[in-house]
Amino acid sequence: MDIVLQQLVNGLTLGSVYGLIAIGYTMVYGIIGMINFAHGDVYMVSAYITAIAIALLTFFGIESFPIIIIGTLFLTVAVTGAYGWVIERVAYRPLRNSSRLSVLISAIGMSLILQNYVQLSQGANQQGVPTLLTGAIRFSVGDGFVQITYMKLLILLISLLGMGVLTYVIQKTKLGRMCRATQQDRKMASILGIDTDKVISTVFVIGAMMAALAGVLITLDYGAFDFYVGFIIGIKAFTAAVLGGIGSLPGAMLGGLILGLSEALFAGLISSDYKDVFSFSLLVLILIIRPSGLLGKPEVEKV
Amino acid sequence: MSQEHVLKVENLVMHFGGIKALNDVNFDIQRGSVSALIGPNGAGKTTVFNCLTGFYKATGGKITLSAGGKETSVIKVLGEPFQPADFFSPVAFVRRLKYKMFGGSHLVNRAGLARTFQNIRLFKEMSVVENLLVAQHMRVNRSLIAGILNTKAYQKAEEEALERVFYWLGVVDLVDSANRLAGELSYGQQRRLEIARAMCTNPEIVCLDEPAAGLNPSETEALTKMIRVLRDEHNTTVLLIEHDMGMVMDISDYIVVLDHGEVIAKGGPDDIKNNPKVIAAYLGAEEDDEEVTL
Amino acid sequence: MSQAVGINFKKSSIDALIAGFLALILFGPIVGVLLDGYKFDFEFDRVAWIVAIVAVGRFAVSSFFQTEKGVAMAFRYANNNEGATVLAPNHKSKMVWIIPLVIAVGLLIPFVASKYVLTVVILGLIYVLLGLGLNIVVGLAGLLDLGFVGFYAIGAYGLALGYENLGLGFWSMLPIAAILAAVAGAILGFPVLRMHGDYLAIVTLGFGEIIRLVLTNWASFTHGPNGISAPLPTLFGLEFKRRSRDGETFHEFFNLPYDSAYKYMFIYIVLFAVVWAVLFIKHRLVKMPIGRAWEALREDEIACRSLGLNHVLVKLSAFMLGASTGGLAGVFFATYQGFINPSSFTFFESALILAIVVLGGMGSTLGVVIAAFFLTVLPEMLREFAEYRVLMFGILMVVMMIWKPRGIVRVTRTGFAPRKGAVK
Repeated sequence: MDIVLQQLVNGLTLGSVYGLIAIGYTMVYGIIGMINFAHGDVYMVSAYITAIAIALLTFFGIESFPIIIIGTLFLTVAVTGAYGWVIERVAYRPLRNSSRLSVLISAIGMSLILQNYVQLSQGANQQGVPTLLTGAIRFSVGDGFVQITYMKLLILLISLLGMGVLTYVIQKTKLGRMCRATQQDRKMASILGIDTDKVISTVFVIGAMMAALAGVLITLDYGAFDFYVGFIIGIKAFTAAVLGGIGSLPGAMLGGLILGLSEALFAGLISSDYKDVFSFSLLVLILIIRPSGLLGKPEVEKV
Repeated sequence: MSQEHVLKVENLVMHFGGIKALNDVNFDIQRGSVSALIGPNGAGKTTVFNCLTGFYKATGGKITLSAGGKETSVIKVLGEPFQPADFFSPVAFVRRLKYKMFGGSHLVNRAGLARTFQNIRLFKEMSVVENLLVAQHMRVNRSLIAGILNTKAYQKAEEEALERVFYWLGVVDLVDSANRLAGELSYGQQRRLEIARAMCTNPEIVCLDEPAAGLNPSETEALTKMIRVLRDEHNTTVLLIEHDMGMVMDISDYIVVLDHGEVIAKGGPDDIKNNPKVIAAYLGAEEDDEEVTL
Repeated sequence: MSQAVGINFKKSSIDALIAGFLALILFGPIVGVLLDGYKFDFEFDRVAWIVAIVAVGRFAVSSFFQTEKGVAMAFRYANNNEGATVLAPNHKSKMVWIIPLVIAVGLLIPFVASKYVLTVVILGLIYVLLGLGLNIVVGLAGLLDLGFVGFYAIGAYGLALGYENLGLGFWSMLPIAAILAAVAGAILGFPVLRMHGDYLAIVTLGFGEIIRLVLTNWASFTHGPNGISAPLPTLFGLEFKRRSRDGETFHEFFNLPYDSAYKYMFIYIVLFAVVWAVLFIKHRLVKMPIGRAWEALREDEIACRSLGLNHVLVKLSAFMLGASTGGLAGVFFATYQGFINPSSFTFFESALILAIVVLGGMGSTLGVVIAAFFLTVLPEMLREFAEYRVLMFGILMVVMMIWKPRGIVRVTRTGFAPRKGAVK
C-alpha cells in the first residue's frame, strides 16, 4: 500500500513534468502539423543550462536558495527560449512549403546537432548539480510511510504555475488569440493580418520555455544528467501528448499526468528495467485504439 | 435487385461533429447515363461525393453500388464499429474484423467506382505513363517473383497495361506528353490525365468532381465530347459535380439538385431548368432563370 | 532585375550584430562554462571564436544576398524545380559498361587489398545494404523509419542467438533473419501504417529503442551488455577457424597456412554477391507494379486509395522488404564482428543510415551506394574528426533538406516508347 502511494506521489511529479514538455510537442503540432523531434534535446540543453546557471550563481557568491532557484529559472527559461527561436528559424522555417518528410528529416538532423554539440562542448560524461533543497514531509501508512520531498512539492507547484500562466496567455491574451487563429487556419489568419511566421516562432519559444521549466525542475530533483537524456524523455513526452490528444493543450497536461502515474506504478509494482518499454508500448496501443487521444478531435481528412 | 441502377443512395446522412452536412439524401443513378449533381456552394455536393467514393464514412443511410455483377454496400466495406450481435456470430465478427482491418475506400474503387478530385491529385513526380500504370495496379501481374525474374507472363501483362495506357492517352489527347512528368502538364492537361487515370481502373461508374473548373470554353467542349465517349463507347456511367450550367444542361441525362444538405429536385435538364425551387435556391425567388441557363 | 542592386553595409552590419548577439546567448553558457563535477571552468576564448565566426559569416551572407548574384540565387532557390527527369524511351544506360567493371574490381579487392582495407570495405558494403533497405522505405515509399537499427539488431542477434540456442549456422540464419526482421516489421507496421505518416517516425524510433532495451535488460537470454559471440560462415562445411572441434577447417582442407584474412575474404565475397543480388532486386522492384505503387503512395495517398490500392498493405510491403534487408545486413555485421553487444545498435546507427539515404538521394540506388561508402569509409580515414561525425550528419540532414531534398544524384524515370493503344 505504501509503495503504491509513494509511486503515486512520484508519478504525479513526473507526470506534471512530462506534461510541461508535452506542451511543446502539442503546440508545435497544432500549429504547423509537424513533430518537433528536436524538442527532447531542447529539454536536454536546458538541463545543462540549469547546471551552468547554478554554478555561475554560486560562483558569484549567492547562497540563498530562493534567489538561486529564481535566478536559475529565469536564466534557463530565457536562454532555452532563444534556442527554440533559433531552431525554428534555421531548421524549419526554410522548409515551410516542403514535404512533411523533409521537415521530419530536418528535425532529426537538428536533434543530432544539439546532442552532438552539447557532447562536444561539455564532454560525454554525466554531469550533476548539488542538492539544494532537502527535507521532506512523511506520512505513515500502515507499516510503512510515504515521503514527499520538498523538492517534489516545488516541482508540482512550479509546473502547475507554468501551466496556469500558459493557459491564461493562450485563452485570454491577444497573443493567445493569434496563436489559436493560426492553428485553426494559417492562411486565413495571415490574410487577416496576423504575422503567422512570428506566431509560429512564438509557439516554438513557448514550447522551449516550458521544456526549460521541466529541465530545471527535473535536474534539481535527480541531480544527474548527460547529453542523451533528451531522447527518452522526448519520446515519453510525445507519448503524453498523443495520449491526451495531440494539438490539445489540456490534453498534453492530462496525458502527462496519466503517463507519469501509470509509468511510476509500473516501475514500482512490476519492473523498473522495462518502464521505458512500457511507455513505448503504451504509445503504440493508443495509436491503435484511439489515435485522436483523450481530448483530441479526430482528424478529418481533406479530400 | 434492379440492375438498371448502378448506384442507389438511400437516406444518406453525414454529420461532422455537430454540423449536419447531409440530411436524408436519396437518389438513384441509371446505368449508362450521364448524371450531374448540382447545387449552390456549400450545398454538400462534395460531401456526397466523398461518401459515395468511400472517403467519408457516412453517419447513416445506405449506398449500394451494383457493378461487376454484384452489389456492394459502400458503407460496410469501410469497416463499421462492432455491434453486440457480432460477438455471438463468429462469421459476422470475422467479416466485420476483415473490413475493419483491410477495408477502406480502395474497396469502393475495386467494386467498380472511380473518381477524380476537385483539386487535382496526380502523382506529380511521376511520368504521365506511370500515372496510368499505377491506376492499373489491380489488373497487372503483381507477383514479386515473376516481376523480379521478368517472366514471359509478366512481360505480357505489362505490355497489355502499356497498350491500355496509350489507348487512354489517345482518348484524352495526351500521347505527345506521355513521357513528361505529370506535374509539368498544363492545368487542362492535368484534368484530362486525371480522368484517363480514373478510367484505367476499369470502372463502371466514374465520378468527376468539377471536371470543367478552370478550363477555357474550347477545352470544356472537348471535355464534353470525351464524357460522351466514355458513356457511348465504354458503357461507363458518369456522375459529375459541375458549376458550368451550360455544360451540365448540354450533357446530362439526369440532374440531382442539392441545397443545404437535401435533395430539392431531380429529373431531366428541362424539368430542372424550370423548377421554381431550383431557381429560388440559386438566385432567390424573384429573379428569372436567365443566369441559370447561361 | 530592374532594381539597382547595391550592398547596404549598414543592414549587413546590423544583421551581423544580431546574429552575434544571439550566438552569445546560445553558445555563451554551454560552450563558455565547462562543467566539471560541481566545479566549472570558464572557456571564454571558445565562445569568442564562435561568436566571431557567426557574426562574420552572417555579415558575409547578408552582403552576398544583396549582390546581383545573391539575388539571382535566392530567386532560383525560391523557384527551385527539383523534379526528376524522364529518360528517352530508347535511353541506353552507361551502367552497362560500368557494372561489369565494378564487379571485376570488386572481385579483385580481397586478393590485393590488405586485411585492414578489406574490413573497411566489408563495413562499407554492410552499410550499402542498410542504405538500400532504408531507401526502399524512406526514398520510395516516403515513410520515415527511425528504428531501422532495430531490424539490423534482429538480424545480428538472430544469428548469434540462433547459433547458441538452436545450433543454426550462418547459411540457415541468413534467410531466417531476413524473414524474422520482415515479420517484426509487419507486426510493428500494420497498426501504425494506417495512420498519419509522422506517427510512424516516432513509433519506429521507440521500437529501435525497445529492441535495444530488451537486448540490454534480458540478460538471461541475450547476455545483456556483455554481448554474445556470433559464428563465422562456412564453405560447404569447412570452417574458417584456426582449429575446429568437429569437422574440418578451410586451411587444413586446402593445405594452406592459417590466416585470419581468409574469413574476411570469404565474408567479403558472400556479401559482395548478396549486395549485387539486392541491387538487382531493387532495380527490378522500382519498375514493377509494387515499386510504382510505393512511389505513387509517396506522392499522394488519397489518390492511390481512389485507384483501388490498399495503402496499408502497399506501405507494409515496403516496410517489410526494407526490414528484411536490414536483417540481412545484421547477419553480416554479426559474423564479421564475431561478437556483438547492444551498444552497436543505438539511435546513432539509425541516424547514420538515414544520413546515407538523405545524402544519396531518396530513391536513387547509385546515390545510396556512393553515400554509404562516403559516410562509412571516410570517417575511418579521418579518425581525428570521428567525434564530429554525428554533428556532421545532423548538419548534413538539415542542409540537404533545405538545399536539395531529393539528394545529390538527380532522380531519373523510365521513358516508354509510344505504341498503339488497345483495350480489351
